Amino acid sequence: MVNAGDTAWVLMSSALVLLMTPALAFFYGGMVRRKNVLSVLMQCFIIVCVLSIQWVVIGYSLSFAPSKGFWGGLQWLGLNGVGLEPYADYAGTIPHQAFMVFQMMFAIITPALIIGAFAERMKFSAFLVFTLLWATFVYDPLCHWVWGMGGWLRNIGALDFAGGTVVHINAGIAALVTAIVLGKRSNLDKNVPTPHNMPFVVLGTALLWFGWFGFNAGSALAANGLAVNAFVVTNTAAAAAGLSWALIEWLRNGKPTIFGVCSGAVAGLVAITPAAGFVSVIPAIIIGMLVSVFCFIAVTVIKPLFGYDDSLDAFGVHCVGGIWGALATGLFASRLVNSAGADGLFFGNPKQFLVQLAAVGVTIVYTSVVTLIIYKLVDLFIGVRVDEKSEAMGLDLTQHHERAYTVLE
Amino acid sequence: MKLVIAIIQPYKLEEVKEELYKSEINLITVSEVLGHGRQMGVTEVYRGAKETGNLLRKMRLEIAVNDNYLEPAIKAIVKGAKTGETGDGKIFVLELKECVRIRTEERGPVAIG
Repeated sequence: MVNAGDTAWVLMSSALVLLMTPALAFFYGGMVRRKNVLSVLMQCFIIVCVLSIQWVVIGYSLSFAPSKGFWGGLQWLGLNGVGLEPYADYAGTIPHQAFMVFQMMFAIITPALIIGAFAERMKFSAFLVFTLLWATFVYDPLCHWVWGMGGWLRNIGALDFAGGTVVHINAGIAALVTAIVLGKRSNLDKNVPTPHNMPFVVLGTALLWFGWFGFNAGSALAANGLAVNAFVVTNTAAAAAGLSWALIEWLRNGKPTIFGVCSGAVAGLVAITPAAGFVSVIPAIIIGMLVSVFCFIAVTVIKPLFGYDDSLDAFGVHCVGGIWGALATGLFASRLVNSAGADGLFFGNPKQFLVQLAAVGVTIVYTSVVTLIIYKLVDLFIGVRVDEKSEAMGLDLTQHHERAYTVLE
Repeated sequence: MKLVIAIIQPYKLEEVKEELYKSEINLITVSEVLGHGRQMGVTEVYRGAKETGNLLRKMRLEIAVNDNYLEPAIKAIVKGAKTGETGDGKIFVLELKECVRIRTEERGPVAIG
């Protein structure tokens, strides 16, 4: 039976999650130098276009059509048989297409997150081919394993409420591979790039936070108590993490920064994502406070130590925050919150922690290997990096023949 | 006293500054300018409308030096900004009539350093 309230909420949530990709565009766009801001906005927007089509043609079937195989089945290609009646195995009270379009928005934002690692130096044509291949060979299979009927990680009981593994660890580890394969931006040691428009970063963060209510609370797939729980813990964790990052900066660097609060808030949103439907509010505060510690160490200590150029910290925030969130779900999950979930380590079920660890491990290994293969292929045929002169002039002018800001008039 | 005006590639600014510091030239003024020489501009396209020969971003450095610092300043700028490609920029040297340090009202060569 289609429920009007549930359907309205899932449609609204889908729109909220869609907004997160343009929000990410501003979050990332503000962080790059101004000669590259349009290239980042362009990459985010074109992903919306490309993956919206990929998803209805093949992506949804490869991800969600019931199958025990590597991908989902092929029976739902072109949305064949995906109609306006509920499909009870996924969501019993909303039209099947509402579930499909909600999931589409996750398939769109995940590859967009990787932009943070290759910003300011990737060739646009190579980026397009990479994105399409990555969505099809990395996102779709992993999505099937974790969320699809017959998916093997789903069957061993891995908990991922709204996409900590499928979205954040997945994109985050791909980002690390990206940063290593592409190499550093040139002149990095002499010319440390500073964010060109901090208000854009703040605007992007605000819209991400807003959209994340759809991401997490929408993942209840109904307008019910579970959605409210997800909504509340999402807000709580983001707040705790933003505060915590600012405090860390205050103690360590002498001044808290708005960039820090934004980074922390996003890290908190990442970390609560897998846990949102399984934990209550006090664990959400702990998850949020601690994620900033881990991510802060990742971006200020680990990154310089190993020297990879993860330009906008897609790995440092999304992968590290995502891993903490997935493991924290194994610690703090409670059946009192969600009877369909499981208890975590602190609620007497240590096995759940190991299952979470296994899902994280599988994601890291699978995604890094396949991402590397895709890069090598794209590099062979197209070349992934722009030449040095184009990089110096900026991608806006050299890849798109546009510039963001005029100086005269 | 001379006034050195240099137009350089924006991404070479840090290297030029570094070279200038090595030559003990620490007082510079930098502004962002638009222009093009032989490199010509780039073509930009807005909704199909082409704009050719658009101006490129450059950095303009102004450095007032005493005569014995002129050659070191020129050498430092060239060392930092040269790539060998068109678009590296130019250095102009002008006679400087007077220099006044506002704080102390000192004038002439002593006011420059």
